[in-house]
Amino acid sequence: MDLIIILASGVATGTVLLYATVGEIFSERSGVLNLGVEGMMLVGAMFAYKVTAATQSPLLGLLAAMLAAGAVSQVHAFITITLQADQVISGLALNFLATGISLVLGEGLTSLRDVVPQLPKFSIPVLSEIPWLGDIFFNNQSVMVYVGFIFIPLAWYYINRTRPGMHLRAVGEYPAAADTLGIGVYALRYYYVFVGGLLAGLAGATISLSISPGWFGALTTSGQGWIAVGLVIFAQWNPIRAAFGAYTFGALRRLVLDIQGPATVLGLANPFFYNSNLGFFLKMLPFAFTVVFLVIGSREAMRKRVGTPAALGLPYIRGQRGL
Amino acid sequence: MAKEISGNEQLNVVSMLGVSKRFPGVIANDHVDFVLRQGEVHALLGENGAGKSTLMNVLAGLYRSDGGTIEVNGKAANFGSPREAIEAGIGMVHQHFMLVPSQSVTENVLLGLDEPRFRMNLSRYNKKIEEIAEQYGLHVDPAAKIWQLTVGEQQRVEILKMLYRGAEVLIMDEPTAVLAPSEIEELFKTLRSMTAQDKSIVFISHKLHEVMEISDRVTVLQKGKVTSSGIQTKDVTRADLARLMVGREVVFRVEKKLVEIGDTVLSVKNLKADNDKGLSAINGVSLTVSQGEIVGLAGVAGNGQNELAETLAGLREVLDGEIIVNDKDVTNNPVKKGIRQGISLIPADRTLVGTAPNLSVTDNMIMKNYDQEPIGQGWIVNSTEANSYASDLKEAYEIMVPTIETSVRLLSGGNLQKVILAREISSEPKLMVAVQPTRGLDVGAIEGVQKLILAQREAGAAILLISEELDELISLSDRIYVIYEGEIMGQVDDGDIDKIGQMMMGARLEHIEKEGVA
Ligand SMILES: Nc1ncnc2c1ncn2[C@@H]1O[C@H](COP(=O)(O)OP(=O)(O)O)[C@@H](O)[C@H]1O
Ligand SMILES: [Mg+2]
Repeated sequence: MDLIIILASGVATGTVLLYATVGEIFSERSGVLNLGVEGMMLVGAMFAYKVTAATQSPLLGLLAAMLAAGAVSQVHAFITITLQADQVISGLALNFLATGISLVLGEGLTSLRDVVPQLPKFSIPVLSEIPWLGDIFFNNQSVMVYVGFIFIPLAWYYINRTRPGMHLRAVGEYPAAADTLGIGVYALRYYYVFVGGLLAGLAGATISLSISPGWFGALTTSGQGWIAVGLVIFAQWNPIRAAFGAYTFGALRRLVLDIQGPATVLGLANPFFYNSNLGFFLKMLPFAFTVVFLVIGSREAMRKRVGTPAALGLPYIRGQRGL
Repeated sequence: MAKEISGNEQLNVVSMLGVSKRFPGVIANDHVDFVLRQGEVHALLGENGAGKSTLMNVLAGLYRSDGGTIEVNGKAANFGSPREAIEAGIGMVHQHFMLVPSQSVTENVLLGLDEPRFRMNLSRYNKKIEEIAEQYGLHVDPAAKIWQLTVGEQQRVEILKMLYRGAEVLIMDEPTAVLAPSEIEELFKTLRSMTAQDKSIVFISHKLHEVMEISDRVTVLQKGKVTSSGIQTKDVTRADLARLMVGREVVFRVEKKLVEIGDTVLSVKNLKADNDKGLSAINGVSLTVSQGEIVGLAGVAGNGQNELAETLAGLREVLDGEIIVNDKDVTNNPVKKGIRQGISLIPADRTLVGTAPNLSVTDNMIMKNYDQEPIGQGWIVNSTEANSYASDLKEAYEIMVPTIETSVRLLSGGNLQKVILAREISSEPKLMVAVQPTRGLDVGAIEGVQKLILAQREAGAAILLISEELDELISLSDRIYVIYEGEIMGQVDDGDIDKIGQMMMGARLEHIEKEGVA
């Protein structure tokens, strides 16, 4: 059990959470809560695997994954934005729908293990030489990890320093104000729910084509979509905090897996090695931490007046009384 | 009806002829004529619900009219969206500000514009906006976040937003409702400097003295119909306007009987409490209210008034200090205990705090005594008793509802407030805390509510009246405290509106009096 290895694979697993979390941040910043992240990730993972198997091109697989999850997200968009139904219920339903689709279409994919090419892994010259950090961040990582590094500041910049980002925030904070200034509230919400879908698809593809390659049915994503939903609150809707949370959780997940490996830890007999039932407890830990982080995150957010987009969860109806 | 619109030497920038707008169940505008000339301040006067906002929302592209013609600068115009209206030079500052609280002034001004295309160079735009602000005397820091600004500053941002878009016509929907007297003066200066630069202004209000002061012409609406279109303000009196607005003679004075002031009922000592955000809202407030006395609490909205009312009713935690009612310490008492001790609250939010909107009139009326004989019998609510109780109150308070089974959400503001007053008064309160009891009501209903409050005073209750309407405070109260940023600035006994105004902006009474002597 080497700390560097755990942290390095934490960054790899965290990358999955990163894409999913930032995707959900985009959606929620526009005012739409989408609890279907887990389902959309599964759709992404399945399509990525299936299309890659058929075309032998992981890049095409990736694209297909994003588009498929993006398409699924539009079901939620239609129900919550146009039909103005409850976002929580629609999101939960979306999970069932998306999980069902992936399990049906993913039938028989598991056996393709050896014929599906993966996304490339490589080290970054120079940077990987840096002691510690080089090994954690830049040594033999998936291409998706590196894309993630670039993606974080870009997402932050987009939201906070650009005109479309400003419109995005306005639509999620005070849609009536945006509407009176000619910003298309409905169109923008559709758009960002779609962006959330694309990124959830990307997260799914990152799992099945790179981080833990393969198709294992619902176990492929194993609840990471739910952690992403929780991380959004911990991140206070900020991509940089999201990255921090995602990598931390990635490392945690990894630690939980690795700790069961060796017979002794720090010279003591490892209870997790000898009693495999304790493994279930370990697997529960990341979710327990999600809850703890949620509580801390939302308390802090309340104190600092940051965070929750004011119109999150509320359908926008033009000309409604008291608007 | 009024047809004195003519091709004067001044240009007509907007002319709305025979404009109608219906909502389910109401005709908000019924063949309304309204003509705005260049460079004038045109007041649109009418009671609450007269259809003023609706008419201007039609002009500003938020609603589509159901009939009539609208011309802007001589060209037919029927805007499908606010954006089209702004492009034609018509900007509206709404009653509820349309500002994104988490964004800066500059961001709010730039919202929805095509420029900058992608990257926001905020410091450059900060400067640009500062220049426009300077030109019209609209002082506000462009880099500040909206939530950090006072209501008056927020209003300036709204005006800036429209000026930045090149608005030639500015519609202000009840702009003074949220301002302190000195801010109103400043707003009027800004409006005048705008008309001096040939911009035209629609000034919506239901306050006569403001209309008399600022407007060149007036159009009066009453229940969706025009009772007078575009008369010169200098040709009419306040009483004329009141008649046009209400449709009958209006008395401006309330009858206040002489009442012996009794023992101290409420005594608040050095009270501290936070608001919902965890920030200090009340910071060492001390005050007293005695039997047979109406004590006013004046202040600009959001200076701790609501929080104070809530702590008194037991709805908000007191962090420090104490509340004594009739010699008993009721600090942080459970609400129910407070009710039993005769504390009654008329909350500012009638629809969500004061009543349960989907429950019937009966259910709302018995909310305080459902568990007491004869209505409550053990764990059973005797509905016959409840209904007769509610019917009696409905008669006594002249509440206009089809039946007492009707959900209160279908009631008009005035009737809803009467339901609340009926419930609260029949609990025979020792202390009544009334927050904005007449806000948003029409003149008739205001009279009714004020009479009920005065009757409570005569019955010997102690009343704390929290209001943003200075006129109301001065005419009803025996003395007035002024609150600013959670602190009491001072107390006046003679309704000196100048002193109150200065204290509302944060001057302490001691300082004002010293300057007065010097
Ligand atoms: N969006 C709406 N839906 C339904 N009824 C409305 C709406 N807006 C206003 N009304 C009704 O139209 C009438 C006029 O309202 P409004 O124009 O707001 O009056 P004012 O601004 O003069 O106080 C009122 O009876 C009000 O209840
Ligand atoms: Mg109005």
